[in-house]
Amino acid sequence: MIGRDLLGIEDLDRADIERILETAEHMGEIGEREVKKVPTLRGRTLVNLFFEGSTRTQTSFEIAGKRLSADVVNFSAMSSSLAKSESILDTARTLDAMDPDVVVVRHGVAGVPKRIADVLEAPVINAGDGAHEHPTQALLDLFTVSREKGRIDGLTVTIVGDILHSRVARSNIYGFLKMGAEVRVAAPPPMIPPAIETLGVKAFTSLREALDGADVVMALRIQNERLAGSYFPSVREYAATFGLDRGKLRYAKDDAIVMHPGPVNRGVELSHDLADHRPGVILDQVRNGVSIRMAVLYLISGRRPSGGSD
Amino acid sequence: MSRDEVQQTGPGVPRGARTILDETGIRRTLMRIAHEILERSEDPDQLYLVAIPNGGVPLARQIAGNLQQIADLRVAVGILDTTLYRDDLTSTNERPMLRRTEMPSAVDDRVVLLVDDVVKTGRTIRAAMDALTDFGRPRAVQVVGLIDRGHRELPIKLDYVGKNVPTGPGENVRLLGEFGGLDGRLAVVIERGTSDLAMEAVGGGEIG
Amino acid sequence: MSRILIRGGRILDPSVNRDEPGDLLIEGGVIAEIAANLEVPGSEVIDAAGAWVSPGFIDMHSHLREPGQEYKEDIASGGRSAVAGGFTAVACMANTHPANDDPAMTNFILDRALRDSPARVYPIAAATMGLEGEVMTEMVALVAAGAVAFSDDGKTITDSGVMRRVLEYSRLVGVPVIVHCEDRALVGDGVVNEGPVSTRLGLPGNPAVAETVHIQRDLLLAEITGAELHVAHVSTAGGVEAIRLARERGIQVTAEVTPHHLTLTDEALLGFDTHAKVAPPLRSRADVRACRDGLADGTIDAIATDHAPHALHEKELEFTSAPPGMIGFETAAAVVLDLVRSGELTPLELVRRMSTHPAQILRRPGGTLSIGSPADVVVLDPERRWTYDPVKGYSKSRNSPWAGETLTGRVVATLVDGRLAYHVDRGILLP
Repeated sequence: MIGRDLLGIEDLDRADIERILETAEHMGEIGEREVKKVPTLRGRTLVNLFFEGSTRTQTSFEIAGKRLSADVVNFSAMSSSLAKSESILDTARTLDAMDPDVVVVRHGVAGVPKRIADVLEAPVINAGDGAHEHPTQALLDLFTVSREKGRIDGLTVTIVGDILHSRVARSNIYGFLKMGAEVRVAAPPPMIPPAIETLGVKAFTSLREALDGADVVMALRIQNERLAGSYFPSVREYAATFGLDRGKLRYAKDDAIVMHPGPVNRGVELSHDLADHRPGVILDQVRNGVSIRMAVLYLISGRRPSGGSD
Repeated sequence: MSRDEVQQTGPGVPRGARTILDETGIRRTLMRIAHEILERSEDPDQLYLVAIPNGGVPLARQIAGNLQQIADLRVAVGILDTTLYRDDLTSTNERPMLRRTEMPSAVDDRVVLLVDDVVKTGRTIRAAMDALTDFGRPRAVQVVGLIDRGHRELPIKLDYVGKNVPTGPGENVRLLGEFGGLDGRLAVVIERGTSDLAMEAVGGGEIG
Repeated sequence: MSRILIRGGRILDPSVNRDEPGDLLIEGGVIAEIAANLEVPGSEVIDAAGAWVSPGFIDMHSHLREPGQEYKEDIASGGRSAVAGGFTAVACMANTHPANDDPAMTNFILDRALRDSPARVYPIAAATMGLEGEVMTEMVALVAAGAVAFSDDGKTITDSGVMRRVLEYSRLVGVPVIVHCEDRALVGDGVVNEGPVSTRLGLPGNPAVAETVHIQRDLLLAEITGAELHVAHVSTAGGVEAIRLARERGIQVTAEVTPHHLTLTDEALLGFDTHAKVAPPLRSRADVRACRDGLADGTIDAIATDHAPHALHEKELEFTSAPPGMIGFETAAAVVLDLVRSGELTPLELVRRMSTHPAQILRRPGGTLSIGSPADVVVLDPERRWTYDPVKGYSKSRNSPWAGETLTGRVVATLVDGRLAYHVDRGILLP
């Protein structure tokens, strides 16, 4: 996989995903040592090119890179750079001249990591592009579930929330389907993407039906500011119909786990008690995020060797 | 066991390969090594066997069993994957599979016995020493190699050797099977004309 | 008097339903004679063996960007690109900077065209001042200055009351009102056809219904006002069907479709290529099918390119920010020949939609090879294979999804007013 971009789960096959999960398992062990560092990517440069603010994801990549002894450069090109001085591709071209070994890109508009990947020699990891994909998030979700449940095949996974605008939803849909799970989505009708069934999932507007027999329930963050009033009437009504609490969780299996990509809007997607206690595995997701990102960096960093073997 | 090379075919032995140490031979060698370890150890309670996967694992366990048997000594066995410490990751085309690392005991002040099946260039041992340093500060590090095939590229010596096997550059030596493994045969074979890298992918012999 | 003899071609004249081999003689800027095996000593000969000889194409919908955005295109480069594509005349839209909403601007465009453009240029004036959709323009004065139609293309007239009055007033001048139909509220921030592709891409969707709703509205308004409505760049099955039904009811409406809406689907966007980002967006297979059927059965009258140049740095912006549009003069013929190759249109019918009908709708000369008519002629080799490199093209811009593609069908020569404007081996020869 060296030199290959990671732009989305849609481009991965099951074997790729399994390889990454297996590698992450080993990377997790490093996090349990005293010295949480290995020299594997020593001398390599990881550039975080974040056009959209994200402390979580950026820090997670930074920690992952540093644990592998890489040099991490954070390039926060927030909003104003865009139309004003340098276009994104010009930024990418300048970056290319500095010879990075791997570039992590996050942007508010879908497709930007791909356009940057077309310009860069170094492999590009998509850390979230608009509503399109967030592959490392889905990988860490898959990792978390496989550790909790021992498998992914045959599980029923229900994703609840603003599916329309969610890259986490899309990536998880692809990921869980490729790993053999049944995937359902549940949302108020305006937030169910058109023709979502063509992706292979069942869409529900009834939370109860969507939760029936679910092994994994994934709640997505609702962006109150943007959507209340247009895609759903109010946060109050959303919480009442699609917010998760212990009561609604009873429709799922008894040992169902609750996940959330974070940060949680307490009282909206998850009730206060669910946000704090098991069956949530939300903090594990964060820990697993570093392992997954270490695995991806290990597998991908470096230029694709030209020609055959040495 | 005779030191003559014995032509052997049978389950598990690849075509064109020559067995140089069969299961009986390996057992005897490991028993002899256990005796040597005890003989030279000033403080056997500080011993810590650290196996380099995959080949070193069954060997380390066998040595630990032997030490228990001979001297009623319970020696800790750890597994230390050295893949992430390799010095050749920039030049290979693939990222090798990672293997399990399990270090049940702390390394500080212990006498660590690194155990590997085949030692050639010495680079794996060097990587293992780097890895060890991240776990702590051993009092001493010694190296146990079942097969020493020469061609050192680094100043690494073996403290305990099972068998010295002179080899040509086009040859490869590897350990097949596991104690009690499915193919029922544990053997060290020597093969001609296969690249070291290909062998590495199988999880057998030494990359260096 | 200069004489040009176009020899050995297949004469296609939709105005008299003529499709037969022949030679065509041009003299004094007009069509002088069409017959088999003409021998005319002293004439310049253009070899048309294996090629079609037809009235020059007329593009009812293009953006020449002058005044105001000359870095993308100007009347000179646009005109050159047009004749390289076989267009002897193009109508240019009013969304320039400043907009063509004033006779002075119309005059400016005509002056520039006269000076710089090898193709004829017909200005389309804005229907409302500044294209703001509020105050109608001085249509009488604009037509007197040379405007051939009115359109707020680039934007839409959202206020239905304004749309109605614009249509009513246009009856004073009797020229078409060309409508760019999209309900902006339904479009929202949609940039890709709403459907499985927009879902996969995670980009906001532009639903087909946004176009259909406005087409329906404008058809009904045309019905009650009696205006001449022309629907620009139809892209949806719903739109085609609405126009078909309206015709059956006797509503006076004409319509056009672009080469890209006849051949490309929204799947072209799957790599986030902004060169395939266009408004209205590329739609589903069913929509493309409906547009092709509509063009074949006459529901859609004309093919128009909507040639929309944009600079590289603009198209390199992220997908939601990149301006929509593609250049199209030089690839149009090759692309639409697909409908001839598939048997949906005969060569004569294709030429009718690229030349005769646009001329009729705009009430301009052209679309005919009748004796004595101005010699606007195109020689098109429908079998010629070539690789399209926009860098070598004549437009200042390069935003085409066909860049680097091997196309079949190429213009060999274009004559305007009896003079050779373009020849594939010699380049641009006029002005």
